[in-house]
Amino acid sequence: MFEWLLNLADWHLLALNPPGWGGVLLKGLLASLQIAAGGYILGFLIGIAGASGKLYGGPIIRDILEVYTTLVRAIPELVLILLLFYAGTDAVNRLLGLGGFDPIDISGLVAGIFVIGVVQGAYQTEVIRGAIKAIPHGELEAARSYGMASLTILRRITIPAMLPFAIPGLANLWLIATKDTALLAVVGFSELTLVTRQSAGATKAYFLFFFAAGILYLLVTFFSNIVIRRIEKRARRGMREEAA
Amino acid sequence: MSTATSRSFLEPHRIALIVISIGIIALAIFTMRWDWLPRHIPKLIDGIGMTLWLLVVTSIAGFLLAVPIGFTQAAGPWWLAAPARAFCTIIRGTPLLLQLWMLYFGLGSLFVFWPEIRETWMWPYLRTAWPYGVLALTASFAGYSGEVMRGAFAGVPKGELAAARAFGMHPFKIFHRIWLPRAIHRALPTISGETVLQLKATPLVATITVVDVYAVISKVRQETFLTYEPLLLLALIYIILAGILTLAFRWLESRVPTRGT
Repeated sequence: MFEWLLNLADWHLLALNPPGWGGVLLKGLLASLQIAAGGYILGFLIGIAGASGKLYGGPIIRDILEVYTTLVRAIPELVLILLLFYAGTDAVNRLLGLGGFDPIDISGLVAGIFVIGVVQGAYQTEVIRGAIKAIPHGELEAARSYGMASLTILRRITIPAMLPFAIPGLANLWLIATKDTALLAVVGFSELTLVTRQSAGATKAYFLFFFAAGILYLLVTFFSNIVIRRIEKRARRGMREEAA
Repeated sequence: MSTATSRSFLEPHRIALIVISIGIIALAIFTMRWDWLPRHIPKLIDGIGMTLWLLVVTSIAGFLLAVPIGFTQAAGPWWLAAPARAFCTIIRGTPLLLQLWMLYFGLGSLFVFWPEIRETWMWPYLRTAWPYGVLALTASFAGYSGEVMRGAFAGVPKGELAAARAFGMHPFKIFHRIWLPRAIHRALPTISGETVLQLKATPLVATITVVDVYAVISKVRQETFLTYEPLLLLALIYIILAGILTLAFRWLESRVPTRGT
């Protein structure tokens, strides 16, 4: 009954061990997830700093951050990745050169995390800024009147209180981060999309491999959504249920 | 907290920042190599034309698809809503680059098994790369804005539709006089954001040999061995295009009459 399914494609090509390419795909998926997670966390740190700067910083910091978020959101990710990839590695090696060190080879992983982090940082800045503005003002005033230091306020009040407002936006950005890693294929980093194309090219089974990779990406989205729903429920505990 | 004061745009610190940025731009102009630029201007203009053509064609076609995709999900029977939802999930759940390569390399590899297609009128098009780019970008725009339109259709106040029915309007008339215009009105700000994202997605087609402005710049980089100058120019071009697009949508939104909600 399922024979047609077996004849549809040469499923042995997806076997985990060579000569199958399944292991290669999974390794690519792991690389994609590493970059997405690293870049996302870096982006979150940039986002917190950027949002605080935009809300509480001086006029110069505010203008500079505005330029950063506007530029990153106007330039295609592909162009940014090329620019930051070359400029980032170049800058590190020049700094090392000034300090009298030999230039180093920056791993694709580190460069990829840096690039995705800078892009994510701009978008997360905007999301977190909006979320912080949604915190009832009294909560922050109460924290200040207790004499908390500003870093304590950030850690104990601002971040936990803004999360319920920020989670939908941040969740969306996580899904975008997992898909943006595919763009690193263009600079030759062996993440899922590039290894898919390579294994497809080597075996000529294009549809099989692109389908398999598509399903892997969908699974990432699917499991992310489950986790996101849990986190959202936890972050919103104690809050009033919204009508609708 | 910044309060809404009537401070002018040109505060002292901002003048200083503008002077500094002009200085950086001047430094870039005078210390970097730009002698390649005049030779390549005609090709660059062709490339920008290709980028804009892709943007306009795929956004319009994608939006025309997004209307039924959104409407069936908001108000259609399940056997239409389910495939529409599946389409949106797949498009939004996988990277555009993967979809593009799947169409270009995957479909291309299938034609070997179907030699008769070489005799048809489609073959000259199927041999070029741009139809695959147009197809992938259109599907992408349809998927993302289909989701937006679903929310917009569902958000049209039920009372307005009931009022239209009470006037004895034909269901088709309700759709094109009330439901669709109200939904587009609600979705317009999001659609304008989607269109900027679409502009930023167009350079991906360069990876399947479509010659847009990104591909022209890549060619320049290969010829001149310059790393930064062509990329900086490319970034500037996209910033200008995104700016024009944003202004155009703002103008369009201001043309739509709104009365206090």
